[in-house]
Amino acid sequence: MRLIEEFQHREKVFDFMMPNTSPALDVSKGYLLYLEDISVSFDGFKAINNLNLYIKEGELRCIIGPNGAGKTTMMDIITGKTRPDSGSAWFGQKINLLEMSEPEIAQAGIGRKFQKPTVFEHQTVFANLELSMAGAKGVFTTLMARFSASQLDHIDHVLNQIGLKQQRNLLAGALSHGQKQWLEIGMLLMQNPKLLLVDEPVAGMTHQEMDRTGELLSSLAGEHTVILVEHDMDFVRSLANQVTVLHQGSVLAEGTMDQVQSDKKVVQVYLGE
Amino acid sequence: MTTYQGIFDKSTVRFLAVLIAIAAAVPLLNTLDSSNPLHVSTYTMTLMGKYLCYALLAVAVDLVWGYLGILSLGHAAFFALGGYAMGMYLMRQIGDRGVYGDPLLPDFMVFLNWQELPWFWNGFDQFWYAALMIVLVPGLLAFVFGWLAFRSRVTGVYLSIITQALTYALLLAFFRNEMGFGGNNGLTDFKDILGFDLQANATRVALYIASAVALGLSYIACRFVVTSRLGRVAMAIRDAESRTRFIGYKVENVKLFIFVMSAVLAGIAGALYVPQVGIINPSEFSPLNSIELVVWVALGGRATLYGAVVGAVAVNYAKTYLTAALPEVWLFTLGAMFVLVTLFLPKGVMGILQRKSPANSSGSDDDTPKPELPQDGVKA
Ligand SMILES: Nc1ncnc2c1ncn2[C@@H]1O[C@H](COP(=O)(O)OP(=O)(O)OP(=O)(O)O)[C@@H](O)[C@H]1O
Ligand SMILES: [Mg+2]
Repeated sequence: MRLIEEFQHREKVFDFMMPNTSPALDVSKGYLLYLEDISVSFDGFKAINNLNLYIKEGELRCIIGPNGAGKTTMMDIITGKTRPDSGSAWFGQKINLLEMSEPEIAQAGIGRKFQKPTVFEHQTVFANLELSMAGAKGVFTTLMARFSASQLDHIDHVLNQIGLKQQRNLLAGALSHGQKQWLEIGMLLMQNPKLLLVDEPVAGMTHQEMDRTGELLSSLAGEHTVILVEHDMDFVRSLANQVTVLHQGSVLAEGTMDQVQSDKKVVQVYLGE
Repeated sequence: MTTYQGIFDKSTVRFLAVLIAIAAAVPLLNTLDSSNPLHVSTYTMTLMGKYLCYALLAVAVDLVWGYLGILSLGHAAFFALGGYAMGMYLMRQIGDRGVYGDPLLPDFMVFLNWQELPWFWNGFDQFWYAALMIVLVPGLLAFVFGWLAFRSRVTGVYLSIITQALTYALLLAFFRNEMGFGGNNGLTDFKDILGFDLQANATRVALYIASAVALGLSYIACRFVVTSRLGRVAMAIRDAESRTRFIGYKVENVKLFIFVMSAVLAGIAGALYVPQVGIINPSEFSPLNSIELVVWVALGGRATLYGAVVGAVAVNYAKTYLTAALPEVWLFTLGAMFVLVTLFLPKGVMGILQRKSPANSSGSDDDTPKPELPQDGVKA
């Protein structure tokens, strides 16, 4: 019996590298994402209005703004879920996001965490990460799939990053709300994205969990580029990074948290309330 | 580093051990003198062979329902098609020994004044050809049906309803004499299989053992699938389909593969069933049959495979007993069982056993957690 089991789990050592990002990705100018003059309207309502946003490679950018400012819609545009009426969106210098489908954009290296966490509750933390792994996903490939050493290393590495090493074999449904959010970030990391879009990760978290999440996101910046949408001001301040304020679909102010907070327009429309 | 337990976890080993024991013991006890209290009559052995076929059918249903979340209410159709393919072979084995003595045409065709064998009866005089059709016909139907349904993203209750419509359509079709499958009466009066007399004890023993072997091998094949990454993808589809699609899996293809595999297993079960009961007729396509299957699996407990086996055997034992003792209460009992299990035992009978004795539940292997079942009742 042991023998059969060992045979099953024997790791095949073929070190295919996971397709991280598209070879076409060119960030020679230092910028990873360009959004220029983007406008979108829903039934005449301008959700995004001449939006301009430039994100540097390795940056952790926080986007804040009142409800309905267009933050989620902006992410929808970057991931191809919503098509803008006008403007351009480039990933590096060479990849035109507006010409690509959702899966193509994901394949090119843009990962997104949705507002509501969705993990596979009836499967282990490990299996959740396994299923999210980059690589071939055909029926027969998955039927015969065995872990390579590098894949196991990658999963271990991500488990460490998201702080769920102890929970490796726990069912995801048994995790706390905060841990589920981290697991979902981990599932994104398994696909090795260049750019991570994270929508309101700390909503409903305890203070400790928020601190852990802050550390996690900060540690991801550099290797990855992170765009974070968040309502919680204290949380954004604790990350101490470039902040962009969105209002009525366009950029109202940009700078450090202190600069932004002392900006008259911002105080008026948002923080002053 | 063991990351997952393999195909042969504790519950599987235990199941196979019990199956092998039963497969070996019953034919041995059958050889005892009939005055011996341990004697198992050929009738009982054949009845158990029938249960083994039902168990295989239940495993096939559990594969698509328990692991993939597709509540098929048409699986009896695949079972019946496998059964008809076998029945056609058995009909042609009769040769000129029929009532009308026609060397080529089965009795019902002679009776209908048919002059020649319909084209689709060609080849069925060969066992290998029949065996191929037993696998191919249910598989192909499942493939075409699944390809259309899954690609247009029909899910949930709608999918259940069209599977039910599928089996009902086949029921009506097979009732018609012009279809060439014996109409209302179906196919019966079989004589031999592979040249062996179907009434002979040795043939009965062989069919019984073949059913046990088919169940064992199919069980292992299903374990292979559900313990593979594909199995985990299937469960991911069951629990969060669009999320799985978003991660990059071709949900349609995964569904198609498992659905076709399940249909093929159901067909094999039907093929082994027919020579043991001696008849196949359109009532096997009855929508009620498919619903009954689902009750077996729900009662035994979904997504365990062995639960399906336990459910199939338990319900059919109860059915055999009740339809003889109190025929009018059987349908009510069946309905009541379904309602009670749905309301109170979402994990089936195996769920209670697991709760009572967590220590010896499904293959608790060092660091690997038990597979968890969906909590909701009947997930359509
Ligand atoms: N598909 C849609 N159809 C119609 N209106 C939409 C659609 N998507 C977004 N909107 C509208 O566009 C505006 C911007 O929405 P969006 O979700 O981007 O805001 P947000 O900044 O993410 O807000 P929140 O902080 O509440 O998440 C809102 O007024 C919203 O009602
Ligand atoms: Mg939003």
